[in-house]
Amino acid sequence: MARILVLFAHPTLEKSRVHSQLIRQIPIQQNITFHDLYETYPDFHIDIDREQQLLLSHDIIIFQHPLYWYSGPPIIKQWLDLVLEHGWAYGANGTALTGKVTMQAVTSGGSFDSYNPGGKHKQKLPEYLAPFENTVKICNMDYWPPFVVHGTHRISDTDIQLHATQFKQMLLSLAADRISAAERAGCFYMNDLFPIPSTIQS
Amino acid sequence: MDQQTFYLEALVYLSAAVLLVPVAKKAGLGSILGYILAGVLIGPAALNLVTEKGSDVMHVAEFGVVMMLFVIGLELEPSLLWKLRKSIVGMGGLQILLTIFAIAGIAVLLGNNVKLSLAIGMIVASSSTAIVLQTLQEKGYFKTEAGQGSFSVLLFQDIAVIPMLAILPLLSPMSGRSHPGHNNWVLQQPGWLQTLIMLGTVAAIFFAGRYLVRPFLRIVASSQVREVFTATTLLLVVGITLLMTQVGLSPALGAFLAGVVLANSEFRHELKSDIEPFKGLLLGLFFIAVGITINFRLIVNLPWLVFGLVAGIMAVKALVLFCVGRLFRLNLDQNLFFSLALCQVGEFAFVLLSFSRQENIIPANTTDLLMASVAISMALTPLLFLLYEKVIQRRFGVTEPGDRKADAIPEKNPVIIAGFGDFGNTVGRFLKAHDIGTTILDIDSDRVDFLRKIGFKVYYGDASRRDLLEAAGADEALVILITIDDPQKRLEMIETIKKHFPRLKILVRTRSRNDAYDQMNAGMLNIYRETLDAALRMGIDTMKMLGFRTYSSFRAAQTFRSYDEKALKKLSAIRDQKQYINTSREFIEELEKIIQSDRSMRSLAIEKGWEEEGLIRESPGD
Repeated sequence: MARILVLFAHPTLEKSRVHSQLIRQIPIQQNITFHDLYETYPDFHIDIDREQQLLLSHDIIIFQHPLYWYSGPPIIKQWLDLVLEHGWAYGANGTALTGKVTMQAVTSGGSFDSYNPGGKHKQKLPEYLAPFENTVKICNMDYWPPFVVHGTHRISDTDIQLHATQFKQMLLSLAADRISAAERAGCFYMNDLFPIPSTIQS
Repeated sequence: MDQQTFYLEALVYLSAAVLLVPVAKKAGLGSILGYILAGVLIGPAALNLVTEKGSDVMHVAEFGVVMMLFVIGLELEPSLLWKLRKSIVGMGGLQILLTIFAIAGIAVLLGNNVKLSLAIGMIVASSSTAIVLQTLQEKGYFKTEAGQGSFSVLLFQDIAVIPMLAILPLLSPMSGRSHPGHNNWVLQQPGWLQTLIMLGTVAAIFFAGRYLVRPFLRIVASSQVREVFTATTLLLVVGITLLMTQVGLSPALGAFLAGVVLANSEFRHELKSDIEPFKGLLLGLFFIAVGITINFRLIVNLPWLVFGLVAGIMAVKALVLFCVGRLFRLNLDQNLFFSLALCQVGEFAFVLLSFSRQENIIPANTTDLLMASVAISMALTPLLFLLYEKVIQRRFGVTEPGDRKADAIPEKNPVIIAGFGDFGNTVGRFLKAHDIGTTILDIDSDRVDFLRKIGFKVYYGDASRRDLLEAAGADEALVILITIDDPQKRLEMIETIKKHFPRLKILVRTRSRNDAYDQMNAGMLNIYRETLDAALRMGIDTMKMLGFRTYSSFRAAQTFRSYDEKALKKLSAIRDQKQYINTSREFIEELEKIIQSDRSMRSLAIEKGWEEEGLIRESPGD
């Protein structure tokens, strides 16, 4: 059993359509912890000791947030800056997180196709996540493919529900160590392991 | 009555009430039945301990009914009336009219004359406000459709009593002659002048209530002597009673009007909670008198007649209610509840019966029969509620208590703010700016007056009193903010709220660390030290002026703040084990402890994550 920590960041959850449904599907069980950063630290005054303890007591860390200007909301950056301390998370003696896994669960207004060399966003979405990926790797952790929901501006309620179910299946599988390394390596988004009709993905 | 017998009588009445009312409440019968049982116990049927005649006592106790109508008037905020207007007039009016005609029709068929039959119809038409409302609230049915319907009907019945009191004398076989007991100068005037005087009196009550009584109450309130305010309230009711009897109108009507006029004033809660104990005691006395007057010999002699009468009346009333409920589209199970809840005959019947007996509208043996029937029908009500829950709700019940139409209920405010000084009004303004409904309680009548003028909903009164909190809706509110100045009063409030409104979340303002400790001991989790945030903001600005970067100063203050909150909790635990005698020495000792532990705080300097020294040291020198 893997212990999962969901670090959730959304500055206006009450207005969110997709994330509000995704978090409803997070299974309530012993080894999954949901941690709402904006709700806990409205003043951005992050309790570093507490966050580090949380990291130590989990195996898989999932940053769940919308994409704003190709990155996370500012509290994610604040969290990274303050919690991943030199000498603890990285650097010569920073080995506290060695062997853990990090991944992202993100939403984007842009469609799957718009994240392409020929599209509006010029690059594939994971390429924009490179700073996260490298940060995680410098902290001696594995970085796994992201869970992504595209086209959130126009997505239908049914499609949101389908994605929410997909998210739940992914969390259950991760928590039960049901995803093999080969399966993981073969997928572009983590979503690919839990297929839903392809028209939705566009 | 000499003094000795007076005390003896008082002893008998009070001890019967004190013994039986709690027992009756425990048994689920409600306090009214408790009082009636107490009356039965001390009356001629059982122990025969009273020398005064029940009807004489009842006469005195009727003042309680006047007060009850004053309170009902106070509760009738015009806006509430407006929201429920359709169901009040429609359901209530239909129920009263249909019941009167159904009962009167049956009475005529049984061979009574029309006047007597109509009088009986009116007397049994109303239901028991006290029993039904209390049960609705206790069992959580108040917000169901049936509960709302019941409330509307009861409200209309309460109002309908007033015209009934006016019509009943006309049904007297001796009507036309002025009653010897009401021999006064008004009744000796010609008819047109009488009418004019009566209308003038009603208008006078309206104007006096609005333009004389309110300023007067303000002056009295500013004297800050509680009992004088209570005395003023009593004076008001007594004065109205006297005035109304002088002009030949019902005192209940006058009191009701005065209540309505004052319902929109800032003193509403205070007036209500002042009159409540008197009303309660006098009504209690009234019900005891009812118990004493129940003629048990009659029941023993004619059991079939009495119980037949009870069953007949309740069946007719339930049938009428069922039709009304049907008409107003209540679900079957809701409608059954509505019909069963209101099918008893209410306490107003006693008033009307004793009135009818004095006025010789109804012969004495019939009143006895009806008195007994009314009391029995009230005693059966709790049993009917049980019947509904155990049998009907099981079979038909689809609607949970709490289900209701969204707009059927005048919504109570979710937040109560106790104390609207500088602290309270800042929170209050903030919440109001976001359209969060707040009910405000304040003890400063000048401030109340001013704030009301600029559109706040503020009430005058001592917020540590349970009855005032109840009146302000503490049962239904979600959160209460204790923002009053007086630390002792704050602790009293916390005790009252924890005891009587355990569901209410409490947020409390604190001045000193000492207050904070006391409040922690009282179990408070949400404590707001008024000095902490302002002092730290001052600290930030000081650091800024000394050349520190603003953001670093701000972060330092944030860190200090969360550290200080934690330290407070820790020190509170230590403090509990040690009793201090000298408070000023205590303060210094404690400050010493605090300053010592400040040094152990996580560095006030820059966060480690933003620190580059380690990185620079590790970087390969190139």
